[in-house]
Amino acid sequence: MTYTLEQVGAIAAFAGTFFGQLFRRPFEGRELIRQMDETGSKSLLLVLITGCSIGIVLSMQSRGTLARFGAEAVLPNMLALSVVKEIGPVITSLVLAGRLGAGIAAELGSMRVTEQIDALEVAALQPFKYLVVTRVLACVVMFPLLTIACDVVALLGGYAESLLSSDLDYRLFVDQAFSSLRLSDVLFSTAKTSVFGFLVSIVGCYSGYYVRGGTREVGQAAMRAVVIGSLLVLVADVLMVRLSLILFGG
Amino acid sequence: MSVPEAEIIVKDLHKAFGDRKILRGVSVYAERGSTVAVMGGSGTGKSVLLKHLVGLIEPDAGEIWVQGKRVDQLNRSDLNELRLRIGYLFQGGALFDSMTVEENLDFVLRRHSKLSRRERIEQIHEAIAWVNLPHAAEQYPAEMSGGQKKRIALARAIILRPDILLCDEPTTGLDPASVRTVSDLIMRLRAERGITTIAITHDLLCAEIIADHGIFLSRGRVLAEGTLDELRSSEHPELQAFFG
Repeated sequence: MTYTLEQVGAIAAFAGTFFGQLFRRPFEGRELIRQMDETGSKSLLLVLITGCSIGIVLSMQSRGTLARFGAEAVLPNMLALSVVKEIGPVITSLVLAGRLGAGIAAELGSMRVTEQIDALEVAALQPFKYLVVTRVLACVVMFPLLTIACDVVALLGGYAESLLSSDLDYRLFVDQAFSSLRLSDVLFSTAKTSVFGFLVSIVGCYSGYYVRGGTREVGQAAMRAVVIGSLLVLVADVLMVRLSLILFGG
Repeated sequence: MSVPEAEIIVKDLHKAFGDRKILRGVSVYAERGSTVAVMGGSGTGKSVLLKHLVGLIEPDAGEIWVQGKRVDQLNRSDLNELRLRIGYLFQGGALFDSMTVEENLDFVLRRHSKLSRRERIEQIHEAIAWVNLPHAAEQYPAEMSGGQKKRIALARAIILRPDILLCDEPTTGLDPASVRTVSDLIMRLRAERGITTIAITHDLLCAEIIADHGIFLSRGRVLAEGTLDELRSSEHPELQAFFG
């Protein structure tokens, strides 16, 4: 219990350092763009496949159940609401927590044990700013964009499945899907993934940045980053959904 | 005759990690332009001593002076300013794996100089030619041998023309020919630029080539110091075992 509290405190202090460094020069724009590319374009295929799979499976599973209640017609509404409001943001963030959380922790951990972070430090190159601030900002920006990509592909997957099963007209599908969505739902659900991106990346950076030892410890840091990052996404989601209910109602 | 100026002074340095006492009152003195070899077996606190000199580790007690500045009391900005006058050659080279040799050197130069891109590239090519690897610019560290990595790391350490060079095991794991090449480069730095060097090593060949003063550490204390001949002729069993 003491160890857990110590870790929570240390991660909070690490996040505090991030905010302290965020608006200080130099701004490392070139590295930020490189990290956005690493985070975004290299995760895109994974996110698209995940989204497509979610859409198809959700459509297949729900059709039978809705048909039993004579409510098959509301399938597009149900699909859009569940994908955009909850499944898209959370599944995208969990998939990215696996890929990016582990990747960031392993990369920074390797840099630590091979003294590359010390080399940055002794060359007066501000490693925290260069390595941590850029990675966290990249995740904060790219998580929502990847979530939008996941949502769109999930809806397309759902439509494709509906088309094969019931020859549903695409205009009807689109009309129905978007009639039940409010702008606030879309904006809030997408924006909350910035918070998930922040949590996943700050935990990944923290796990890797302070690794001591060798390759075994780097592996453990990567695993810890995925586990803690994923748990934080789920806990933060509960809080964010509660907040959205307070702000925007059901 | 000019009075020798101390470039580096370490006074009664103590450091422990948890219950493990690593340094127990180490004192080191390096004159400007001299080369000091810090020797000793594994785990005697040699690397920890070196990291104190650039503020990577804070001491529990004692004083560290570099170029008249007390390192352990400098604020972040003054420490960074001092670090620009110190080159550090890490044990494994610590080259950034995601960058080519040219990018590794440019990364440091771009941030700490006002040179144009063309001038920087010229300086980088001059530096890698100086370490006898003129065609390595486009290579990644993973494509190079241990000796080549060390030489490129040395080129990166001196790219900002520092006054002081700190070397952590500059020749560990290298074949005798590479040991001689790297050691000769360190000697040339002293001859051509008057750089003050502190080198951590347990490689006798390297120490013999580069050092004009040796310090032998044992269990976190200075066991003996003097010229290499003086250390070699000591009758202390640990020194006799070390020098064979």
